[in-house]
Amino acid sequence: MPATLQSNRDEPKLAVSCHAVTKTYGRGTAAVQALRGVDLEVRAGELLMLVGPSGCGKTTLISVIAGVLGRDAGDCVVSEHDYREMAELETTCFRGRNIGFVFQAFNLIPTLTAAENVAAPLIINGMKRHAAVHHAGEVLAKVGFDERMMRSFPQDLSGGQQQRVAIARAMVHDPRLIVCDEPTSALDSETGRMVMDLMRRVALGKDRALVVVTHDARIFEFADRIARMEDGRITKVENPPPRTNESSNGP
Amino acid sequence: MNFIALKMLVGDRAKYIGIIIGLTFASLLITQQSAIFVGIMTRTFSFLTDVGLPDMWVVDPQVQYIEDIKPLQDTQVLRVRGVAGVQWAVRMYKGGLKARLANGTFQTCVVIGLDDETLIGGPPEMLQGKLSDLRRSDGVIVDAVGARGKLARVLPNGQRVPLRVGDTLELNDHRAFVVGICRITQTFQANPVIYTTYSRATTFAPQERKLLSFVTAKAKSGEDPQTVCRRIERATGLKAYTRDEFKKLTFIYFLKYTGMPINFLTAVALGFLVGITIAGQTFYNFTLDNLRYFGTLKAMGATNRALLRMILLQALTVGAIGYGLGVGAASTWGILLSGRTQIAFRLPWQLLVISAAAVLFICLSSAALSIRKVMKLEPAVVFRS
Repeated sequence: MPATLQSNRDEPKLAVSCHAVTKTYGRGTAAVQALRGVDLEVRAGELLMLVGPSGCGKTTLISVIAGVLGRDAGDCVVSEHDYREMAELETTCFRGRNIGFVFQAFNLIPTLTAAENVAAPLIINGMKRHAAVHHAGEVLAKVGFDERMMRSFPQDLSGGQQQRVAIARAMVHDPRLIVCDEPTSALDSETGRMVMDLMRRVALGKDRALVVVTHDARIFEFADRIARMEDGRITKVENPPPRTNESSNGP
Repeated sequence: MNFIALKMLVGDRAKYIGIIIGLTFASLLITQQSAIFVGIMTRTFSFLTDVGLPDMWVVDPQVQYIEDIKPLQDTQVLRVRGVAGVQWAVRMYKGGLKARLANGTFQTCVVIGLDDETLIGGPPEMLQGKLSDLRRSDGVIVDAVGARGKLARVLPNGQRVPLRVGDTLELNDHRAFVVGICRITQTFQANPVIYTTYSRATTFAPQERKLLSFVTAKAKSGEDPQTVCRRIERATGLKAYTRDEFKKLTFIYFLKYTGMPINFLTAVALGFLVGITIAGQTFYNFTLDNLRYFGTLKAMGATNRALLRMILLQALTVGAIGYGLGVGAASTWGILLSGRTQIAFRLPWQLLVISAAAVLFICLSSAALSIRKVMKLEPAVVFRS
């Protein structure tokens, strides 16, 4: 069954539209086909989870969607922009303005405070340091950080707190799309649910979509839709299990 | 992005300090060894620097440097005076004579014999007595370092009593009476320097047919000394140098025929290697450690140009600090020891520029490796755990 969604005038805009995307690593006998014609659409305001066994191509697909990896064939349009029509510098700048990232290992710069880490995307986009850090503080407050925590360095924060900083960093510049790679795999179950709840409440917006790659079945209920991948293809798009109430605690 | 770059750099204390220590040592070694080399080389022609008034030196054509004395006939001074464009020309003696010390030992001294009438070529600064005191019977002027050091009297208890005005010493079995103490630029040989008149110096010296070491001369106002020198050469068959030409001749001789340049060059190269290996390697490791964060910044939209600027800023920051500390340490070392010892240390601005260029080269080469790594970094690396 094709995993595409037909958009019409009543439905929200498409944040991501992939059609027949292929990607192969290596050449000759060492070639590994990571994506074998992926069709996928993600609507603005939607949280889509990409699930599947290791090596099925999930990370490759979000890398292509985020514009950090080129594809071999097919179309991939993000916020009405096709990476193939952009030069490398344009793609980089597009990423800087329109894409937010949340990583499995957080990837917070250890020598910057929480607020400075969150300010990084704004500084990359040309905002002055003081204004950026001030704005970062406001976003950190939304994820439950107080003044003292904002001045803390990543190594002084718990895993859950670090992931909240990473979420704040992903949304501080108001991107159209946030891609998350295994955002809860380094966290315990309760913290993982809290982080996902936070992402739904704070990071997801009317014009913003979230694509979350995960193995963690405990967080499936936070998705609007779940796309299952196998052997470089989307095999099924389904609705998530009903949500329980235990995750509705604040950050 | 600058503040992110600097916080990344300073935040990794161990590597930050390691890089700075590497660059400080490199800068210190390069600056200090070069300054000593320049100091020593300057001493090779310090006598020419001290003798300020004449601007032309006439010598035997075979002379290769200032200490290479090949005596001339006394009459040569008259021939030089006869050349067009020469305002005046006087005789000068320079030779090594043995002084007998109070304890019976001998010390080789450099004896300078000045023109009896004009005393041209005397020491640049008198500390005690006057230059004209040389006209007193057996009068000599001794340099202060020699008077305090090698010519000092050693008492039975080991205490050294400097040679003073009024003391006498024996020069090649002739009595010499100290009438003054002077300060001169230290010479390469570091032997005591004794000034006296030309006629007295030639009396002190062992008898030879020719005793005139140099004819020193001055060009007439408006005449180019170099042109006059060439004229003297044509008229006398001798070799005539301007002061700068003679300095250069001496400098080149020491460069060519002594092992000094290679010795100092080795030390400077060592400093350079220390910089390249310690600082370069540590800086590269610092970049490798931060590769994940450079990748994250790249994924978040930082351009290659922005990352290039970040790495260059990091490299130039540690370079500036390391250079400052190294040059500061070298200068302090030089100032402290110059006051207490006779160490040759000279730090002209050109040396500071050369040292800065060397440190800059080290920094840029270290940065080049890091830059290459970061430029080739694919932003997709951020999703690989």
